[in-house]
Amino acid sequence: MAAVMQQLATPPAASRLLLSGNEAVARAVWESGVRVAAAYPGTPATEIIESLARYPDLHAEWSVNEKVSMEVALGASMTGARAFCAMKHVGLNVASDCLMTMTITGAYGGLVIAVADDVGMSSSQNEQDSRFWGRFAHIPVLEPADSQEAYEMTKYAFALSEQYETPVLLRLTTRICHVKGLVNAGEREAHEPAGFIKNPQRWVMVPAHAKTRIPGLFQRDETLRGVAETSPLNILEAGTDRRVGFVASGPAYMHVKEAFPDAPVLKLGFSYPWPPEKLRALAAMCDKLLVVEETEQLLETEVKAAGIACHGKDVLPRMGELSPQVLSPAVDRLLGRTPPPEAAPATPMKVFPRPPTLCASCPHMGIYYTLSQIKNLIVTGDIGCYTLGAGHPWNALDTTICMGATMGVALGIDKGRGAVDKHKRILAVIGDSTFMHMGMQGLLDITYNKGNITVLLLDNNTTGMTGGQATPASGKDIHGKEAPRVDLAKVVEALGVANEHIKTVDPYELPVLFKTIREEIKFEGPSVIIARRPCVLIDEFKPFRPYLVEEDKCTGCGNCIEVGCPAIHVTRREKAIKPSGREVELAFVTIDNQACTGCGLCVQPCAPDAIQHVPRRDIPIHIVKT
Amino acid sequence: MSRDQITNILVCGIGGQGVMTATEILAEAAIAEGHDVKKTEVAGMAQRGGVVTSHLRFGRKVLSPQIEPGTVNVLLGFEGAEALRWSHYLRPDGLALVNNAKLVPPVVELGLFDYPEDPAGQMRAAGRRVVSFDAMSIARELGEVRLGNTVMLGAIADYLPFAPDVLLACIVKRFARKGETVVAANRRAFAAGREAVARQLGATVGTPA
Repeated sequence: MAAVMQQLATPPAASRLLLSGNEAVARAVWESGVRVAAAYPGTPATEIIESLARYPDLHAEWSVNEKVSMEVALGASMTGARAFCAMKHVGLNVASDCLMTMTITGAYGGLVIAVADDVGMSSSQNEQDSRFWGRFAHIPVLEPADSQEAYEMTKYAFALSEQYETPVLLRLTTRICHVKGLVNAGEREAHEPAGFIKNPQRWVMVPAHAKTRIPGLFQRDETLRGVAETSPLNILEAGTDRRVGFVASGPAYMHVKEAFPDAPVLKLGFSYPWPPEKLRALAAMCDKLLVVEETEQLLETEVKAAGIACHGKDVLPRMGELSPQVLSPAVDRLLGRTPPPEAAPATPMKVFPRPPTLCASCPHMGIYYTLSQIKNLIVTGDIGCYTLGAGHPWNALDTTICMGATMGVALGIDKGRGAVDKHKRILAVIGDSTFMHMGMQGLLDITYNKGNITVLLLDNNTTGMTGGQATPASGKDIHGKEAPRVDLAKVVEALGVANEHIKTVDPYELPVLFKTIREEIKFEGPSVIIARRPCVLIDEFKPFRPYLVEEDKCTGCGNCIEVGCPAIHVTRREKAIKPSGREVELAFVTIDNQACTGCGLCVQPCAPDAIQHVPRRDIPIHIVKT
Repeated sequence: MSRDQITNILVCGIGGQGVMTATEILAEAAIAEGHDVKKTEVAGMAQRGGVVTSHLRFGRKVLSPQIEPGTVNVLLGFEGAEALRWSHYLRPDGLALVNNAKLVPPVVELGLFDYPEDPAGQMRAAGRRVVSFDAMSIARELGEVRLGNTVMLGAIADYLPFAPDVLLACIVKRFARKGETVVAANRRAFAAGREAVARQLGATVGTPA
């Protein structure tokens, strides 16, 4: 992926392209003449800035967190430049401090925020509904329903932003971001910034200035309600079967059209402020009104408050993705019908679960294997691949909340614990990218408040979970070009950790790792262990000579399986009676040498030395370094 | 399958197997035939050895991007247990084309769960139309395991509402810049995939279903 990003290719000419929603937004951002686009990676929004980095004539950046990305976009807008930032739903929580005041200053150059909700929670710690931010921050919300609309609405959002001097929220969901569809694309239009104008009443948000501007927010809401009323993005489709009329936005609209092609539908593209007259017109033409919205009961509540009778979450689920098969029985219930038996969903076959795993040679495996061997530990965790440490076989992670929370939670456990937990050691795990996103402040809090915490800083030289994006500690920028590289050990020291309690270790060297952790958790005070090895999915990782299991030497002890490597497989199981009389199950293993990249983690707990390098003549061709 | 109908193809496997790329090529073929197309998958954590499904829908106008249970025309399974996991997505008359590779995850190796003994057999017992074959062995016989994905595409080629050559042309286009040798190898892999399925169904390659 990094290699692809290094190329700044000429974008494809205006034509019909197969684009994901993310790629369609990126294309439209570029065509809109945007000069600055910023983001912190986050599923499902990551690919927006990743694609934008391949377009010329704009500054695209990985920011350290979403709040900074929004501030960068706002600054650019202050000069009259068109500006853009993108984030996942939880990213907007981080950026909300900026958003809630930026709405008062308003935009100068067109300013668009793309926020992607992970409806169904494929890769997030919660499922929250970003449409609320439109209400909270008094800004318009646009909701595309496919890639073509994502493209068109992004372009419209910049014009809307400039006309009403408002930031615009482009609300996406996983089924917009990660669905590819055909898009009729155009070409880039130049948009020269008008220039920064000193205007403290507008840009310096002290109480006296903000007070004069807040009435403008309410005025803007009313004006935009009028815009929504006549907007071509809000389409009332009359339909022929008037028993139930639907209000829907985003992917929900597609599900409604698929399940009820003949029903009246109000499709909300300009979904906040929503158009009350259009809604009343729909209500008047059908027997029952159903608000179809994914996750929260938001529009339904507002529609009811406006005095329009409607249904919604009384028949529809309050979490997860909707689909035609979810909608049909709900409408049957609404109409008092019994769903036909053939409408019952097919029953899935019983198959073992296949949760995500750490990759073969993943440096985090060494960490969690080691932590699983240490007793009386409370391990606080964070957001990234290393959250998988909570799973089998390690079961070595006790908390995960939000970006950077490992630090504060660890300190809180330290300060709050009673006698029952006094003998336990507290260890906070965090990745390099997450540390720079929001972990540094937490560590400062630990040192300042004299926490008795050992921090394990897992430096894999990238943002791993989202597919390997550069960070300030990877020495590369978004294009893969050389960039200033922050020294994490120096940062940690500057944050107040004593130099003799900052250790750097190799997570592949289990004995050293084990000893270092044991030493540092005994120390009464803050300490940091930096475990450094590149993620196996980035260019910096070079595979080593793979291993095999010498069958006659394997005793079936199963120690290597406890490392958790997906390249180790059991060939046979046997029951055996130990000298103590206890029955144990032996598991004899093999190593898939197509998958093994030779980290050697499994070699270390193997007592009979049954794991050996493969002979040089058998080294698979994908291994370049031995 | 008439043009007004929507064709639903579900491709399933494990992160890293090439499921998404194979679906991308199928999508390109449908576009070349003038269809409206939607393709979706859940990415994110999927690349860490987890389950991957790629949904491809095409026809005159595609609305909802997700395929629903009981509506799949062809299930292209890159792994046995994964094909079994998604088999309830098949229509009663749907066809499952399954690479009988067995990729066993750590949770099974740890003894926490069992891997099904005969996934394809279990699907047949449940009344599914299943063709299973060893795409990797076929690829290995052709001299390169990386041809496995083209074998898989060959396998589905005769069960699409357009000529196999449309799909083959998209594969050739993808590998064109790698030279004639690579293109020729992919042509052979494509043909071998078609042959493997046709042999089992007693059909003759060259007459699309």
